[in-house]
Amino acid sequence: MSSPQPRIGVLRFPGACDDRDALWALAAFDAEAVFVWHTETELPDLDAVVLPGGFSYGDYLRCGAIARFAPAMAAVSEFAAHDGLVLGICNGFQILCEAGLLPGVLRRNESLSFVCRDVPLVVERTDTPFTTRCSEGGRLTIPVKHGEGCWYADDALYDELVSNRQIVLRYAEPVNGSRDDVAGVVNERGNVMGLMPHPEHAVDPLLGSADGALILSSLVESARERALAAV
Amino acid sequence: MKATVLVRPKQGILDPQGQAVESSLRQLGFSVGDARVGRVVDLEVDSTDPAVARAEVERMCEQLLANPLIESYEIELVEDEG
Repeated sequence: MSSPQPRIGVLRFPGACDDRDALWALAAFDAEAVFVWHTETELPDLDAVVLPGGFSYGDYLRCGAIARFAPAMAAVSEFAAHDGLVLGICNGFQILCEAGLLPGVLRRNESLSFVCRDVPLVVERTDTPFTTRCSEGGRLTIPVKHGEGCWYADDALYDELVSNRQIVLRYAEPVNGSRDDVAGVVNERGNVMGLMPHPEHAVDPLLGSADGALILSSLVESARERALAAV
Repeated sequence: MKATVLVRPKQGILDPQGQAVESSLRQLGFSVGDARVGRVVDLEVDSTDPAVARAEVERMCEQLLANPLIESYEIELVEDEG
């Protein structure tokens, strides 16, 4: 009773490929992780939602442009509007930007090459529900694998995001041409976050790094607190 | 009525695809500069009223066909013959 298992939904779009890893990793941190199919018009009773990586709807037109109109996305917007926790990873980040739930847009990598490697990240904020277990200014090593991860915002938007402290993660070295090496952002209220690196692929030292666990276990803990508050 | 939507990377936005195309063209011996790569969407719109059709296609552009943060668009309407 004192420690209810938070229930976290993993949205499944046609063309998703990291949905199983996300589900597995969340369950490993003691969440009850459930899939939510993209055609659902309502979400089940959830404490958080994860939009996993992949190539939703073939990434046609622009990454995430079609997925944002999936029936389940209307429900996710509603969930976010009521302060629900939403984490978008890679394609999930692209979808959240296209949906207007997160600022900016993800464009083709500056090099035009697909980047697939472990990258060093710097944590800029630890007071978000997704980074409570990280240390401020601390370094994380988490893999990226994307062709369209070049985050862009114009000067006015970027300045606004910096003054609102909405930049949560930056690459410690150039990776894809992202403006000021931005790797992850939150919305103004701080309940929606998107990042290009894949924390769900870095939860076991056997895979090279377990730093992704810090992000996903932060999310699970924050979701647990919300589940407790609701009891 | 037929509509053609031309979506371009906005002025001032870096276009690495355009740069790659430009450098390939130069390798082929062409003297070119400032190549930009956009996208064309051809549509058949039910409306026969050009003003209504244009307004509708504009809404399509704002909602889906272009991302206003990085892309601009132009709409061209061609009335059906006869």
